[in-house]
Amino acid sequence: MSLKGAGYIVGAWEHPTRKASDKSVTLLHAECAKGALDDAGLTKDDVDAYYCSGDAPGLGPMSMIDYMGLKVRHVDSTDVGGSSYQVAVGHALEAIVTGRANVCLITLAGRPRSEGMATGTAPRAGSPAQPEMQFEYPYGPATANMYAMCATRHMHDYGTTSEQLAWIKVAASHHAQHNPHAMLRDVVTVEDVVNSPMVASPLHRLDCCVISDGGGALIVTKPEIAKSLKRPLVKVIGVGEAPKNQMGGQVDLTFSAARWSGPPAWEMAGITPKDIKYASIYDSFTITVLMQLEDLGFCEKGQGGKFVADGNLISGVGKLPFNTDGGGLCSNHPANRGGITKIIEAVRQLRGEAHPKVQVANCNLAIAHGTGGSLGTRHVGSTVILERE
Amino acid sequence: MAIAAQRKIPFVGTADTNPETKPFFDGCAAGKLVLPQCVQTKKFIWYPRAISPFTLGPVEWKEVSGKGKIYTYSVMERANPPYCIAYVELAEGPKMMTNIVDIDFKNVKIGMDVKLKFIQTEGDGPPMPFFTPA
Repeated sequence: MSLKGAGYIVGAWEHPTRKASDKSVTLLHAECAKGALDDAGLTKDDVDAYYCSGDAPGLGPMSMIDYMGLKVRHVDSTDVGGSSYQVAVGHALEAIVTGRANVCLITLAGRPRSEGMATGTAPRAGSPAQPEMQFEYPYGPATANMYAMCATRHMHDYGTTSEQLAWIKVAASHHAQHNPHAMLRDVVTVEDVVNSPMVASPLHRLDCCVISDGGGALIVTKPEIAKSLKRPLVKVIGVGEAPKNQMGGQVDLTFSAARWSGPPAWEMAGITPKDIKYASIYDSFTITVLMQLEDLGFCEKGQGGKFVADGNLISGVGKLPFNTDGGGLCSNHPANRGGITKIIEAVRQLRGEAHPKVQVANCNLAIAHGTGGSLGTRHVGSTVILERE
Repeated sequence: MAIAAQRKIPFVGTADTNPETKPFFDGCAAGKLVLPQCVQTKKFIWYPRAISPFTLGPVEWKEVSGKGKIYTYSVMERANPPYCIAYVELAEGPKMMTNIVDIDFKNVKIGMDVKLKFIQTEGDGPPMPFFTPA
């Protein structure tokens, strides 16, 4: 039973806030749900399946379904960090194709900025029952230094430079200048990035994504319902998900889980990277983008630095327009989870509803790839390929 | 001073929290790095656990040499004092997370030979394995 084309994304909505000190996380979730339903032309009573992840307070779907007054027959709260929402799209297709859901609502929201969370630089103590906790926490694994260790090794093995990584931020900033909601709207240069303060070597402050409040929501539905609505048809044609970890000590930080989540998605879609017109690539850090581009097959392994340099990711300039909303690097990383905004901007591009300055001409095929967790220890890559029908 | 001050090392729980990993912490208390080895594949395992992730079969706890090379690292400049997190590839094969200590961080390099140094963690925590230039 193929999932190809089993579902369409008919609603996609990003909360405009980047600082929500006067709102609760549940309210942000609900506002995103309403926004996506309005976008689709549906109401909450049409929803019969609900998907959320670790950013939802309390017992995830139980709390959120109660708060929002939903009545559903299928729930999923898979938590694989920031890529949970790509995973949710795939799981929604599985529910649709097996007749267990018609209209699937996916929400994300959070307020790390209002809560003053040092997202990337402060190690977070967990329960000692987490099997790795006592063997990692003493060494200070924050978020930034875990990704930074991947960058150090990539530079060593492939000669990747800080200037090449900086081009990823430069491209994001070129896009963010057109997004009135973006946190960082100033266009930056390679020099600005490499001269910004070092956070975790070799990653500078401008190699890191923003810390923002906000959220987003998606509506995935079956073909019959999608075709009855008034929105442009954005069909899901490929999905893949894969975990990668320390492999019992056989650590290899030169590649990401995209190496494993990409191929099943490409195969299902029946296309290759050269067919893609627009790419949403998870951008917690610049190195995240570079490694995923390689691992998804947009360039040879080790050639990511050359691929991203000289504006190749800038819409209207380069060959692969990426993160045209400014991405997590400049616009938004709500709840410290950037997966859903990747899908939302891909939907905007396929509908022709991106900002005119960054809209890709004849955008008919797009990818939205997420990396959740920590690239340096345990993460899940998840790939969604979308087609404008 | 080129060599950064040693930060206080935090620890969650105690060495007794998980009986499964007692041989590792007993080793640390005795100044030895003791790791599980998969009985079937003979691969040493990081992080310590009492079942092999290669086979779901049994492990044997064995002392390893404590010699290794730096596989990768990052200096957390935003911390006070800064510290150098790393993966060290042990002579016996596995790569383990650690910190590189007692060195000017500017001199840390991938491939550098390193050796064990145990440092006491805070509170009721055990000594844990760190690495210094060999």
